[in-house]
Amino acid sequence: MSPTGRPEGTLLELQGVHTHIGAYHILHGVDLLVPEGEVTMLLGRNGAGKTTTLRTIMGLWQASQGRIHFRGQPIQAEPTPQIAGRGIAYVPENMGIFTDLTVKENVVLAARQARHEGELDQTRLEWIFGLFPALRKFWLYPAGKLSGGQKQMLAVARAICEPRALLLIDEPSKGLAPSIIQNLISAFRELKAQQTTILLVEQNFLMAKALGDHVAVMDDGRVVHSGAMAELAADEALQQRLLGLSLGAHQ
Amino acid sequence: MSTASPTGSTTAAATAAAPAAIPKASFDWKPVLLLAVVMAAALPAIGSPSSWLTLTVAGLAMGLIVFVIASGLTLVFGLMDVLNFGHGVFIALGAFVATTVMAGMAGFADGGVGPALLAIFCAMLVAMAVAGAIGWAFERVIVRPVYGLHLKQILITMGGMIVGEEIIKVLWGPLQIALPLPAPLRGAFYLGDAAIEKYRLVAAAIGLAVFVLLVWTLARTKVGLLIRAGVQDREMVESLGYRIRQLFVGVFVAGSALAGLGGVLWGLYQQAVTPQIGAQVNVLIFIVIIIGGLGSTLGCFIGALLVGLMANYTGFLAPKVALFSNIGLMVAILLWRPQGLYPVTNR
Repeated sequence: MSPTGRPEGTLLELQGVHTHIGAYHILHGVDLLVPEGEVTMLLGRNGAGKTTTLRTIMGLWQASQGRIHFRGQPIQAEPTPQIAGRGIAYVPENMGIFTDLTVKENVVLAARQARHEGELDQTRLEWIFGLFPALRKFWLYPAGKLSGGQKQMLAVARAICEPRALLLIDEPSKGLAPSIIQNLISAFRELKAQQTTILLVEQNFLMAKALGDHVAVMDDGRVVHSGAMAELAADEALQQRLLGLSLGAHQ
Repeated sequence: MSTASPTGSTTAAATAAAPAAIPKASFDWKPVLLLAVVMAAALPAIGSPSSWLTLTVAGLAMGLIVFVIASGLTLVFGLMDVLNFGHGVFIALGAFVATTVMAGMAGFADGGVGPALLAIFCAMLVAMAVAGAIGWAFERVIVRPVYGLHLKQILITMGGMIVGEEIIKVLWGPLQIALPLPAPLRGAFYLGDAAIEKYRLVAAAIGLAVFVLLVWTLARTKVGLLIRAGVQDREMVESLGYRIRQLFVGVFVAGSALAGLGGVLWGLYQQAVTPQIGAQVNVLIFIVIIIGGLGSTLGCFIGALLVGLMANYTGFLAPKVALFSNIGLMVAILLWRPQGLYPVTNR
């Protein structure tokens, strides 16, 4: 244990985080540990507070109470650009694609070090094209013309076009066909093999099982279960209790 | 998302196979064609080609001046969702600063075309610097406390304009001040029978230069990328690690400086300046940015040219209709495209 009581190797830690959106009290004291170099799944029913948790980490909504530590430093009072500058990349649920910009321009913008295409890390770019060949094909097209799956690939590509310490990804499988989900799963597997730390919100239990090292299950603005993903995957009664009937549909 | 995604099955097909699944990026030519149609339709209505040429050049010059003024406003609105009804005060400020600079350089400016151009460029530079600096303060003091509050923005920026106008009256007096063109730039030259005023060409050249510079900045530089992305999704730009507030201050200052430049051009076009000039032009530029599609630079450009042409054509053909022509144009265009000529997506 470190002096703060944090287990060694914890990259991100939330302690008793409350978030209000207007008059609504959404998060009721979220406690969450994200270990470095591993994939943590954040599961839970609709409305449990998963998206709000990610947005609160990003500073897009302010935590009204509690603490958020990244690499041991408090970040809950920092503005979003500063949090992003610490090496946290965010892929929102709506993907946040700039539809009027080309695929290339979207990636150039996400690469903070690059002023134009020529300054992109070419090796990394080739690697991304390897993960998502569609992006090479549509490199000069307006991103608004991409299909839903391709937009999701672009959103992930933006998050990884430079090395980042932590990826926050919100429901990447939402509304996508199974073949695309498989493509995303293999891309995330490759990221995982490179020791990228990911906090992944998912409804798709198949994806969660395939990728997760750890899991936290949320309900009603709190984390109600956390542990190893393999443990939850093996325990159907626990799944039933935590995730309810919706689970069967995903399997 | 405003752009609809295909359903799951078509998504799979698009990724698996064909690049043909995505239509080639195509430029929307219709608004440009509309501009050409308006010009072409005016020719038989006016009858005489030489009058038509004179009016068209005058209309394009006026449109380009209006574009210089309105371009900053459309970016400020698009980027930060701020309705700045005080934009007009920077027009007046620029014009009055120009009267002082031009008065100081009067003897020099009459020495030939070169010195005359140099004098108006000096006036423009000083006007832009002053308007930009005041714009910086205006953003800090007046706009910053009301981000996200449209009604308050309208009230306080209008209030800011009234205060600004009164300060101008204190500094330069409440009366109209002449802003004569330097002698070498007065008058017209003739293309066949058509009289083309020299100054209109100068104004048109400056307006075009501003347009090209803006389009280049927006299309080719990272700052431009950030502005275009910020117009669509501020939150995502911040999530990528950029301080959009600083960007916005920069755009506000640049927009105010452009309004100052536009004020000089407008003042020289009218050859006179009144403290109310800002309020007068304000209506025009709001029509232009609504026609163009709020936040769109190209739309603002086409909209400004349409407004300039309509004002000149109707002023010649039916002077009584001219008072109504710009509102009529706005109504017609909004009936055709309710979001403006080039709607900005995600708005």
